[in-house]
Amino acid sequence: MGAPADFAIEERGESGAVLRFSGNLDITTIAQLDKRLKQIDQPVALIDMADAGHIDTVGAWIVYRLARDQRCEIVNLSESGSRLVEAVGRSDISDIEPPHRPNVLSRTLAGIGEATMTALGSMLGMLGFFGALVRSVISLVAHPGRFRWAATVRHFELVGVSALGIVGLMSFLIGIVIAQQGAVQLRQFGAEVFTVNLVGRLTIRELGVLMTAIMVAGRSGSAFAAQIGTMKLTEEVDAMRTIGVSPVEALVLPRVTAAVLMMPLLGFYSMIVAMIGGAFLCWIVLEIPPATFVVRIQEVVPITDFYVGMIKAPVFGLIIALAGCYQGMQVRGNAEEVGSRTTAAVVQAIFMVIVLDAFFAVFFTEVGWG
Amino acid sequence: MSAAREKECDVAIRISGLTNSFGEQVVHEDLSLDVRHGEILGVVGGSGTGKSVLMRSIIGLQRPDAGRIEVLGESILDGEEEDVSIRSRWGVLFQGGALFSTLTVAENVMVPLAEFYPHIDRSLRREIALYKIALSGLPEDAADKYPSELSGGMKKRAGLARALALDPDVLFLDEPTAGLDPIGAARFDALTRELQRTLGLTVFLITHDLDTLHEICDRVAVLADRKVIAIGTIPELLATDHPWIQEYFNGPRGRAAAVSHADEERKKTRLPASSKSRGFLR
Repeated sequence: MGAPADFAIEERGESGAVLRFSGNLDITTIAQLDKRLKQIDQPVALIDMADAGHIDTVGAWIVYRLARDQRCEIVNLSESGSRLVEAVGRSDISDIEPPHRPNVLSRTLAGIGEATMTALGSMLGMLGFFGALVRSVISLVAHPGRFRWAATVRHFELVGVSALGIVGLMSFLIGIVIAQQGAVQLRQFGAEVFTVNLVGRLTIRELGVLMTAIMVAGRSGSAFAAQIGTMKLTEEVDAMRTIGVSPVEALVLPRVTAAVLMMPLLGFYSMIVAMIGGAFLCWIVLEIPPATFVVRIQEVVPITDFYVGMIKAPVFGLIIALAGCYQGMQVRGNAEEVGSRTTAAVVQAIFMVIVLDAFFAVFFTEVGWG
Repeated sequence: MSAAREKECDVAIRISGLTNSFGEQVVHEDLSLDVRHGEILGVVGGSGTGKSVLMRSIIGLQRPDAGRIEVLGESILDGEEEDVSIRSRWGVLFQGGALFSTLTVAENVMVPLAEFYPHIDRSLRREIALYKIALSGLPEDAADKYPSELSGGMKKRAGLARALALDPDVLFLDEPTAGLDPIGAARFDALTRELQRTLGLTVFLITHDLDTLHEICDRVAVLADRKVIAIGTIPELLATDHPWIQEYFNGPRGRAAAVSHADEERKKTRLPASSKSRGFLR
């Protein structure tokens, strides 16, 4: 690739030193030269380019910068070289400062403050979003013809039917784990038979709906956020508004309806499959026949446990769909935002589901459904 | 070095026998095209004639079914690994700018520098990025902004700055003036011409903009019927009797662009000083 870039400094008594460049001054050769040029500690009066070969804008920049810093002249520059030096000289904006980065402590404090404000803001925002949803439900009651059946039914399938496989597998395994761990512990007191109580009450009252909610948040809440977020980026949501279609009505309501209606069904399905898993383990390990298991379940699980589960399920569905749609609607700017908003949707949904579950647990015990 | 290379091969990009198809649909069939060193070649054609596919084939994003493509004397289709060196000698401006949205403009320009020349100091990389940004006609405060904070025209200029990051020999522009207002488009044309002259670039320019064709293109290649049906200066193209070419350049828009171009030329010949005294880029 031709002669490597180099330079030599020649003392010339009082008038100062002459710096002679040689070789090709281009981007492939410049890295070393830049480091050596920075080490020059004597004044340079003249830059001689007579021996220099091919020069590109990076080479021109190096020469220009040296001439600028040393306030010296450049001589014997080729025609194309002088054109480039002139061009980069006119484009010299290197005096602008890179953006200021504050120190670690203030960045951490700022981060905490920002996170707090974001959390508060998104709580308020969700509340407002819920208000918009309620308003659009009310206006739909007045004009029921505007309800989007096709979209809603499609989301029934996406949220409910497509989730049957994974929710079923998860619930079956959870049922087995509860029964197995319960049996091991209860055996120490010779009370293995209570494993049935454990499986029945735990899955129906708590775990069936809770695990389903977590799965739906991961599957559908994230999908809602990503779908709506991408539609925001591509201005589809804005296009809808200009046509006079309310995005809440067209995008949010079908998803919320689907999640609210599908969650109890999925939760019920999950309870049943988890009990089948428990019954299966009791049959194999504890030799309790399935028929006995079913009879025992009927005896030990109060019907209020089932009510508790079924009351919680639609509320969880509402929270998951709201968080997903709300975060999706908040997407602005770039593709990264879609990712971070999707994450936020899932985290927020699961967090709120668990907090609310704790409230429900205390509440239902207090009202005597313990 | 570059002078020797120019003598060695007058052709910067040589395409022969190119065939591209997507399933049943054949986009190019036995297409041949030469781009000369140091020219601005405009590529035109109706929608769906494969202008972008042609560009993507040349820069190696689309593997053709058959054909040979040479850029600066190097074949880009044989050998998967060897095409790395040639990649540092071209710059590409995609239609929407295709800036990395999580990096600032300056960081965007620094990406190719860091990728190909990791030995260059970070401070020098930033200096290089800054003068490239200014060369591309962006205001200095744009350097530390994110792409989402820029207007469409500024995004294109930022994309151009990134395309120029490695001092390429060949520049590919995919509809650079699409979506710009007429003033912005005219400025972008002037910038392209200015940079091409200053940096000695070969420019492969896909466009629908008739003004761009008249103002800055040395030659124009017309894509139709899966081939390059004609290539030459606009007067040469007008001399052919292909119906699409006639309709394209003699339609109402084509005539308007030709008239305004002729006016410009007259002004330039009358007042040669004015065009020179204009600022470098603005």
